[in-house]
Amino acid sequence: MYSFGYKERMRPSLAGAAAFVLLTASPAFSQNIQDHTYTSENIVAGATIYAARCAGCHGPNGDTVAGVDFRRGLFRRAVTDDDLVKAITAGTPASGMPSFVFPPDQMNRLIAFLRAGFDSSGPPVRLGDRARGRMHVEGKGRCLTCHRLNGRGARTAPDLSDVGALRAPSAIQRSLLDPTAGMFPINRPIRIVTRDGRILRGRRLNEDTFTVQIVEDESGRLMSLEKSDLREIELAKTSPMPAATTVLTADEIADVVAYLASQKGL
Amino acid sequence: MKLPGIVRFARLSAIAIGVVSAAAAVHLRAQVSYDRILRASAEPQNWLTYNGTYNSQRYSTLAQVTPANVSRLELKWVVQNQVFGAWQSNPLVVDGIMYVTQRPNDVMAVDARSGRLFWLYRHTPSPDAKVCCGANNRGVAILGDTLYLGTLDARLIAIDARNGKALWNVEVGDVKSGYSITLAPLVVKDKVIVGVGGGEFGIRGYVVAYDAATGKEAWRFYTIPGPGEPGHDTWAGDSWKTGGASIWVTGSYDPVLNLTYWGVGNPGPDWNPDQRKGDNLYSDSVVALDADTGHLRWHFQFTPNDGYDYDSTQVPILADLDWRGTPTKAMLWANRNGYFYVLNRETGRFLLGVPFVKVNWASGLDEKGRPIQTPQPEGAPTWPGNQGGTNWYPPAYSPRTGLFYFSAWDNYATIYRKETAVYEAGKPFYGGGFTVLAPTPAAPTAGIGRKGPINNWTNEVGKGVVMAIDPQTGQAKWRFDQFDVTDGGMLTTASDILFTGGREGYFLAFDARTGKLLWRINLGGQIVMAPITFQVDGRQYVSVIAGHTLMTFGLRD
Repeated sequence: MYSFGYKERMRPSLAGAAAFVLLTASPAFSQNIQDHTYTSENIVAGATIYAARCAGCHGPNGDTVAGVDFRRGLFRRAVTDDDLVKAITAGTPASGMPSFVFPPDQMNRLIAFLRAGFDSSGPPVRLGDRARGRMHVEGKGRCLTCHRLNGRGARTAPDLSDVGALRAPSAIQRSLLDPTAGMFPINRPIRIVTRDGRILRGRRLNEDTFTVQIVEDESGRLMSLEKSDLREIELAKTSPMPAATTVLTADEIADVVAYLASQKGL
Repeated sequence: MKLPGIVRFARLSAIAIGVVSAAAAVHLRAQVSYDRILRASAEPQNWLTYNGTYNSQRYSTLAQVTPANVSRLELKWVVQNQVFGAWQSNPLVVDGIMYVTQRPNDVMAVDARSGRLFWLYRHTPSPDAKVCCGANNRGVAILGDTLYLGTLDARLIAIDARNGKALWNVEVGDVKSGYSITLAPLVVKDKVIVGVGGGEFGIRGYVVAYDAATGKEAWRFYTIPGPGEPGHDTWAGDSWKTGGASIWVTGSYDPVLNLTYWGVGNPGPDWNPDQRKGDNLYSDSVVALDADTGHLRWHFQFTPNDGYDYDSTQVPILADLDWRGTPTKAMLWANRNGYFYVLNRETGRFLLGVPFVKVNWASGLDEKGRPIQTPQPEGAPTWPGNQGGTNWYPPAYSPRTGLFYFSAWDNYATIYRKETAVYEAGKPFYGGGFTVLAPTPAAPTAGIGRKGPINNWTNEVGKGVVMAIDPQTGQAKWRFDQFDVTDGGMLTTASDILFTGGREGYFLAFDARTGKLLWRINLGGQIVMAPITFQVDGRQYVSVIAGHTLMTFGLRD
């Protein structure tokens, strides 16, 4: 009656078991913020700096300070790596964060660790050019056929206007390369059969034991349904989104990652 | 100003039990003697201790609300919390007055029929106060006309229940070194007993009793044995000095055995057992302490050398069972480590241990109840995860149904990582961290408390279950699966209703025998505590805290 098509194999998300080195590690780092590759070859460095200097307040999972969640790439104000460097160096005395002055190479490792959202299991992350990224999103990537972004595009897939505040660059990249692996549980397409046989397709916005709230594809309407009124609820195992590699080059994908990571909402 | 209210209250209380003489009214306002607490089950109109009675069953003989009429419950009044954050407090109700705490260390005296306040006492904790998991306080204890409050800055304060003024205020632990109190104290005889939190800050835990009249320390039991004491050698090197073993949930008391029972927290650093080789007694144990002297009578350790943060800070439920044909003073315990236990509470002997959720940190228990540990490879998930198969939220036991009720987290796992922790007084002493197993890396997951009204982590990272276990078998007689995980505590009554709630904000009433859902209402905020029930003016009430609101329900007239 209430069948879930969940993926059988849950993928673990690893935290802090890898380190990053910036290829652009140099004193000029803070000026050169538009094209970074965070490799996984030396992850322990960034994670260790974090554990020693940051975890005391930000917690082992980076989410104990209100308004900040490092695993999701959620910062209070910072958008670019340069912003992050400034925030760490200056501190925010009003909210109790002291200033931390790191040598550039250490700062780069720390930033890489934050940018990777504590996730060492994924591939290295590359951020390209934001302006070009926007072009690809709106143009050849055809992202707005399903997604909405800053008031434009369709509504059948999640709105991306604040994706940079919800997901780390590594997670955005993963979703582009392997949409099914990167799909958050709540975003699984849902198919519902009501007691009177009506079929509804859409996406869940919220769910609890007794009810489910969806946005329905066909009408775009918000619907709140009592599960006891439903004959069937089915969740898709796979994402309907094609992998970005089928339409974009590796450089173009890096540009898109940079653009989406900068979308922090209003 | 206050006098008319008191007089009026006394009069109404008197009418409530059908006594109208002035002398009886005075009697009704009599002090809460130890004798009354001892016989708390004989006055079910009140809720005199954290768990209602010394045996902590959270079972009330009130039966006005029944499975047949529970759907006629309606909201009678609310008190809105003025301080935000998870509200984990358990109210007491004494002769028509409710005493409830709110963050960080406020106490309120409330008219239990209307929700109007008599007074508010505010203790502002020292800015040095540190707690791992929120500025929680789980309630007060009462003896005589005095309330007892443990504070986030590790103080114990006696408060005059009539006017909310402090009577004495003593230091229980060093706030600068990370000591704190979040539990509701336990009063036994002329003593008030508390324990200290701070298991994430490298404390050395203890249970400590004070003279209720003066605040003078009566006895102290360290949950980590010092040099020369039995069990000291279960800590390698100097690790005992910073081994945690905090006490942050109220214990139980058996007056016949004169034993108090306390669940002990995790060893520290939390996630690096290599830094404290050995069993790490009495972390993750239950200790049975003589109520007069604090001497250890027995202990049982659930999780030796724990690397998973499996605090054993659950409420010890004391129940007298027929155990395989022998009348047995038993203790029932669903542990954070995923096993349900039955122990003999006279001796600490292990009687039964059965996993109630998926467990892979151990392959089973030996004949003495010691786990056969099977640590998972680095990077592999461990079931149950860090928040445990269950946690601190109070369970319940009904002598009528013979069932043990609690909230479990099912299909919830975490991946742990170890790091070397360096001790610095008052600083976090974690020794690593953990990540909740999720179908997608960095997907939202369930953690401590609910962070918002949208469940975008879904039940793919674990789900809450109301579980009714038959202690004779350790098997669930019934279960009710929820979509989100839950921190809901339990309340059961002589009309065979089980009340609970969860993070989704539903307040739920079940048939305690069958698990049939009888009634639900959306209260719009997470329920992270157990409901209580009481009676005033002949009317049974049920109170529950959801989100920032304490709501009290009664039957529609």
